[in-house]
Amino acid sequence: MGRLQGLLFALATLVLVVVSTALFTQDWLPPLKSDRGAIDHSIFITLVVTGLVFIATNLLLAFFTWKYQDQPGAVASYWHDNAKLEWSWTGVTAVIMFGFLFHALDLWAKVQATAPPDAMLVEVTGQQFAWNFRYPGPDGILGRTDAKLVDPAALNFIGLDKTDPAAQDDVILPQNQLYVPEGKPVKVLLKSLDVIHSFFLPNFRVKQDAMPGMRIETWFVPTAAGTYEIACAEHCGLGHYRMKGEIHVVAQSGLDAAVKKALE
Amino acid sequence: MAHAEAHLTEAHAREGHGPQGFLWKYVFSKDHKVIGIQYYVTAMLMALIAGTLAMLIRLQLAWPEKTWPGLGNILSKGFSGGVMNPEFYAMLFTMHGTIMVFFVLSTAPVSGFGNILIPLQVGARDMAFPFLNGLSFWTFLPGCVVIVASFFVGAGAAAGGWTSYPPLSALRGSIPGSEWGQTFWIVGMVLFIASFTMGGLNFVTTILNLRTQGLSLMRMPLTMWSMFLVAILGLLSFPALTAGALMLLFDRHFGTSFFLPGGLVLSGQALPNQGGSPLLWQHLFWFLGHPEVYILMLPALGFTSDIISTFSRKPIFGHKAMVGAMLAIAGLSFVVWGHHMFVSGMSPYIGMAFAAFTMLIAVPSAVKTFNWLATLWRARIQLTTPMLWALGVVSLFISGGLSGIWLGQSAPDIHFHDTYFVVAHFHLIMAGAALFGVFGATAFWFPKMFGRMMNEPLGKLHFWFTFVAYYCTFFPMHYIGIAGHMRRLYDPYQYEFLKPLQGYNQFITMSAFVLGASQVIFFVNFFWSAFKGKKAGDNPWGGNSLEWTTSSPPGHGNWEGEIPEVHRWPYDYSVPGAEGDHVMQTDPAPIGDNAKSHG
Repeated sequence: MGRLQGLLFALATLVLVVVSTALFTQDWLPPLKSDRGAIDHSIFITLVVTGLVFIATNLLLAFFTWKYQDQPGAVASYWHDNAKLEWSWTGVTAVIMFGFLFHALDLWAKVQATAPPDAMLVEVTGQQFAWNFRYPGPDGILGRTDAKLVDPAALNFIGLDKTDPAAQDDVILPQNQLYVPEGKPVKVLLKSLDVIHSFFLPNFRVKQDAMPGMRIETWFVPTAAGTYEIACAEHCGLGHYRMKGEIHVVAQSGLDAAVKKALE
Repeated sequence: MAHAEAHLTEAHAREGHGPQGFLWKYVFSKDHKVIGIQYYVTAMLMALIAGTLAMLIRLQLAWPEKTWPGLGNILSKGFSGGVMNPEFYAMLFTMHGTIMVFFVLSTAPVSGFGNILIPLQVGARDMAFPFLNGLSFWTFLPGCVVIVASFFVGAGAAAGGWTSYPPLSALRGSIPGSEWGQTFWIVGMVLFIASFTMGGLNFVTTILNLRTQGLSLMRMPLTMWSMFLVAILGLLSFPALTAGALMLLFDRHFGTSFFLPGGLVLSGQALPNQGGSPLLWQHLFWFLGHPEVYILMLPALGFTSDIISTFSRKPIFGHKAMVGAMLAIAGLSFVVWGHHMFVSGMSPYIGMAFAAFTMLIAVPSAVKTFNWLATLWRARIQLTTPMLWALGVVSLFISGGLSGIWLGQSAPDIHFHDTYFVVAHFHLIMAGAALFGVFGATAFWFPKMFGRMMNEPLGKLHFWFTFVAYYCTFFPMHYIGIAGHMRRLYDPYQYEFLKPLQGYNQFITMSAFVLGASQVIFFVNFFWSAFKGKKAGDNPWGGNSLEWTTSSPPGHGNWEGEIPEVHRWPYDYSVPGAEGDHVMQTDPAPIGDNAKSHG
């Protein structure tokens, strides 16, 4: 019975290695439509390195379990320390981890860098359960908002203060519909009216929480025209699952026309 | 010093251990073994509840479009017309997480096995403070009652996720469960924390002061090291959550704004709050939350080391490194909490520090894995049920640990955060390793709990169903997570990009049902064996540590006569020149590499 258990454990481990590796060779990531390919690259490197360790350690686990099973006459070796061996695997692991770390910090610095000055500004305001989008208009300044002015009946979802001169030319898009130019940096200014939401663009490798009381910036460059989904990634209440929108990436030349059409 | 105090307290401990009536012996007991079993059984019953909640979550994720008239009849509040309500779904995942993390996987390994094992493995008559120990359980139990009762109050149980992020958890109108359910959640958690603190004080004091003659810290079984560290982690980290929970209670009921900033609008109404920060809660929560995952895992790593050594008939490899790795993991666990918050809006600079410390944790974790593998090399492996579970822990520790390297890198985490990739990661490593560790420990120390052996064929059957179903349930979650599948979605298929993943979700759900159903084997085996199992001798597995020197189950006071003295570490298996294949810790024979050191 003991022999059977060892064989079963070794086989189960082999099946796990083969099946999981085969599935990892598929491309599971949503098709990339932004300039954040470095994140995908980083994921790929991580997959390869951790995948090799996964395969190696599991093969050892399977082999040892099968090979060193108790049988009549077997004697275990009295062997419990080997400084050279221990320092080497600690050292090798540490070196690999430092490699990952420097790569990760470098990439993080790039992703979190301030947006280029020519980026197009769009304010994104999450609320239960919709996304509001606003451009600052020709003056480049977002007009004042005030929670007390929020009036869903008058379609003033974000509480825009229409007496503020800077607010006069602000463009408020229809809820859940965002229009951005292809090939140009988009700077997102994230806010929330009520609870925490998370602005998730699966195809763009963008995810940033909208935290009440904070204005958080992130930026990216859409690289392919088309319409993609916007999701909420932070549990925000009953309607969390349907707090979705669409991001329309259009050629810079056609952006004004597209926005105009959407506003009609 | 330890020796002198052990004798002092011995007299105290014996006082409470004379013949007693049923009520004082088994209900309001001060005996660590009875209290341990009380904790363990309560945790397992809570696991049944939390497991059932998981089954309902999976049902919804696989077939959100279907109606279930039968369930509508039983759970009329959660299913209107046989269709699950979104608020009920939110309560399911909130309470599944809360109960599993705190009331099952912190309780069974730590409060359960910690209590059963600490005095037996350090050579003490009982815990240092037996009354406090009993009080701890009787604080925990009301906590369980309050948590379970929360389903039946007002609009139902808490629904803001197990992390209870405000404003969702602070604004009573933001989700139905944020009414009385969330308040009950806070009260239940505070009771839990109070009980865990009493337990932790007992653990630390007992391990530091009541060790028997000769039992230096470095001669303790690794299980004892894990309990020692876990108690310290709990004592240092839980106060942050206690503070947070009380502040949340004030925000909810007494008009404060600890977590509520100005400018909030709920259902078109501006709120009067000013000046708070929801991010503050996340810092407080995860300051506890991250050490907490190691509170779940470290005992499993301790059990696994001891079980693997016993059934390899070989000393644990790299013993000092194993202790060092646990110390490193425990220490680092206090400075990595921000990796749960990379996309929260926290300063990206501090995110860098959290990413760095997180990546460092991989080093001691890898050391543990390599040491286990080295222990198996040229061993004489006996594949008993406890050994199978221990190998299962190693397997899950590898699978779940490696995905941590994906998530610890802050930039890739932008894509993975709050997706099923994270769900896969923590179910494999934290939940899975802890659960498998508990099952292994149950089979291994059952003789010391009930004086009997668990049934081996049933145990193996339970292992195989659980092992295969566990992987089939949680491994595919990596793939759908990479594809972007978010957590906590009542109906994922509202999204076009998630529609193709429904087939995977159905496979996961069916695996989860098999996983759930196979736990019946465990409960049958547990109760049958507790009453009808084969009688166990003092040392049925040929172990070396002190619990195997007394009867199964040990009587009151744990040892008849003197408490045994310790002369070596507990890992002297297959010592050249020894009689038999193991040398007990109490054996003074001058053989083995460890006999003279660590005096």
